[in-house]
Amino acid sequence: MVPDNVPGWGNFSPYNGPASRLDGSFDTVTAPIPHKVNVPSRNKVAPSLQEAIESAGLCNGMTISFHHHLRNGDAVLQMVMDTIQKMGIQDLTLAPSSLTGAHDCVADYIRNGTVRRISTSGVRGEVGKALSRGELEIPAIIRSHGGRARAVEEGSISVDIAFLAAPACDTAGNLNGSEGKSACGSLGYAIHEARHAKHVIAITDNLVNYPLHPHISIAQFYVDQVVKVDSLGDPSKIATGAARLTKDPLQLRIAQNAFNLIKASELLASGCSFQVGVGAISIAVASDVRDYMRGTGIKGGFCVGGIGGFMTSMLEEGLFEALFDTQSFDSSVTDSMLRNPGHVEMDVSWYANPFNKGCLVNNLDVVVLSALDVDLDFNVNVLTGHDGVLRGASGGHSDTAFGSKLCIVVLPSYREGVPSIVEKVQTVVTPGETVDAVVTERGIAINPRREDLLDLAKRSRLPLKDMDDLKREIESVTGIPDPVEFDHDHPVALVEYRDGTLIDTIYRVK
Amino acid sequence: MSNPMRSMLYIPGNNPGMIQQCAFYGADSILLDIEDAIAVSEKDAARNLVSHALSTLDFGDVYMTVRINGADTEFFERDLEKIVPSKPDAIRLPKTQSPEDVIQADEIITRLERENGIEEGSISIHAMLETARGVVQAYEIASSSPRVEALTLGGHDLAADIGLTRTKEGMEILYARSAVVMAAKAAGVMVFDTVYIDINDLEGLLREATMIVGMGFTGKAAIHPSQIPVIHEAFKPEAKDLKKAMRVVRAAKEADKKGIGVYTVDGRMVDGPIVTQARRIVGLARISGMDIEGVDE
Repeated sequence: MVPDNVPGWGNFSPYNGPASRLDGSFDTVTAPIPHKVNVPSRNKVAPSLQEAIESAGLCNGMTISFHHHLRNGDAVLQMVMDTIQKMGIQDLTLAPSSLTGAHDCVADYIRNGTVRRISTSGVRGEVGKALSRGELEIPAIIRSHGGRARAVEEGSISVDIAFLAAPACDTAGNLNGSEGKSACGSLGYAIHEARHAKHVIAITDNLVNYPLHPHISIAQFYVDQVVKVDSLGDPSKIATGAARLTKDPLQLRIAQNAFNLIKASELLASGCSFQVGVGAISIAVASDVRDYMRGTGIKGGFCVGGIGGFMTSMLEEGLFEALFDTQSFDSSVTDSMLRNPGHVEMDVSWYANPFNKGCLVNNLDVVVLSALDVDLDFNVNVLTGHDGVLRGASGGHSDTAFGSKLCIVVLPSYREGVPSIVEKVQTVVTPGETVDAVVTERGIAINPRREDLLDLAKRSRLPLKDMDDLKREIESVTGIPDPVEFDHDHPVALVEYRDGTLIDTIYRVK
Repeated sequence: MSNPMRSMLYIPGNNPGMIQQCAFYGADSILLDIEDAIAVSEKDAARNLVSHALSTLDFGDVYMTVRINGADTEFFERDLEKIVPSKPDAIRLPKTQSPEDVIQADEIITRLERENGIEEGSISIHAMLETARGVVQAYEIASSSPRVEALTLGGHDLAADIGLTRTKEGMEILYARSAVVMAAKAAGVMVFDTVYIDINDLEGLLREATMIVGMGFTGKAAIHPSQIPVIHEAFKPEAKDLKKAMRVVRAAKEADKKGIGVYTVDGRMVDGPIVTQARRIVGLARISGMDIEGVDE
């Protein structure tokens, strides 16, 4: 059930299939970006953050945005919001590319009226709890990465001021994400933000002499002002090391099942392309892929998406031609981004926007995705926990599921006694039509729409299970949990599919 | 007999998290341990947990064994009383020293099977040899009861019993390994090798596993799930051996159909033991995921 009009936001169409707007007949526009011509200046450094905000002309009711490349170490959002709150500005629309574990403070800005609307990809921690309690009067809008890029370009999100944390920046605003103590790697979301926001303020703890070189992620002609601060955040949480290969036997088992399915699909061939995240199971799958490629001498085409140290080591080894990096998952990749021409910094529209002239997910062969739970129709929830509370991110999930030839969702059959395969997921983020297989330690369920894949998997004698049987088997161990009770008169968030239609509604938990 | 059992993974009998997931760790068989892994104060809890798990959880095709406490302990009979009714595939008897140890357990198991409506003789015994006396009597132990399905070697306790230190090379138990394999073959039962203690040394494990496969062991114990694929790798037949075995199995099938008793493969006479050996190789290839199209029954 989704509304067609949302007070505070406007009209929406309901989801009508993953390709309903991708048959060539749907028209869209790129919204114009009003822009006040700046006085030419060799030095854009503002005296202080507050003066930069004042000079940008921030008023009540405007839309501001941030990127989430600094992961759990980000201090920029809180620094900016604190200043704005002290300036007495209210009723803002907060439209960051995502909210991470570093952004619990947003719950306070909701409560004191600084923030009135939220549009984002992920909501966690205190913010998730506050939203699920109904503390924000206007429901939040959750978008996929590609969907957000689309919304920004068409003007559904019209950013007045983008505050962009810049790990390295010069006095004219040339900046990158790969140098300095707060280096985070790719600035894929920020690049897109800089191109479409009316006013761009770069915030840096590493102001370098003009010109920053040789690597520039965002060029000076996109940046209005530069603010120098002492610190962008906690380097230990920004500059995390590469995730290590898991030793958990259950995760390894799931990964092995997933890898065997990829092998059976016959997609593991010369020129193949992959997206795997940095979840423990995903990395274990990548490790199996690496061993297989080493053993067979197959060279892949490219890897895409969130990129971690494991993938850069595969690029380094020559197992892939290129990495397209929209978001680095650990800072171990920054050196690779600076030195390896095969490691390409890609903006988020290029990555996943369904309405541009060809996003990269459409070239993807295999994606391995995680999930909170999955239902009998293969619909995937990555947003609400089993308590009904918001605790996840839409991310590139539905984008890559749609674009790839083989979309595999990996998850343990239950977590802390709660089954992961359910009758109906609480929140549909990725529609089952775009998911090809669900892989658990107990076996592989293949979407009946993919008869070809089913045949290949049978030929490889993979441990196949019907989704109903798998669900029953899991429930014989866990039982069936009581459903969460929701107040259906009180929507707290709306889930937009990548094409701008609404796919689901999240309600207040009773 | 069931599928080949290349690996037997030890799971502590007091760890419910591991017990409920153990069937998915990839081992051919599981050993739920209520002996050495469990402190004396935890024995009752572990015994109850293992019994409950066996009665309620579905372990699929995985062969389930329970290692109970030895006949020389106060727990021996209580363990059997509690575990037998929950129908494991086998009971492992630690520190088996003589045929009498097996016969004593056999009698209790038989009584408990009768009392609990379990088919008599359905629960096997795996006799664990970990003393010099046990190794010397290996054949007598293996043939002391039809319940004995396997001999298993306990390397560390054995080394201690004969006053030697365990090494990675394993020269100190070389004779014991050979003797136990030979006794098991003579009695027609399976034979499991001891554990490889260093879980971080998978290369060392592969060397040892390859060696014991070459010595005739039918399986090897594992103490960590990461050891399982390594052990399985050691049991994977060579492609050329598999090809030959497949020719033998096909020929045997044809001969059976036509009622021919004597036939040749590759110009050599084929008899019973060769067919048995060929079927064993094909069986190992099947569970190793190798292509055996045409002979898959």
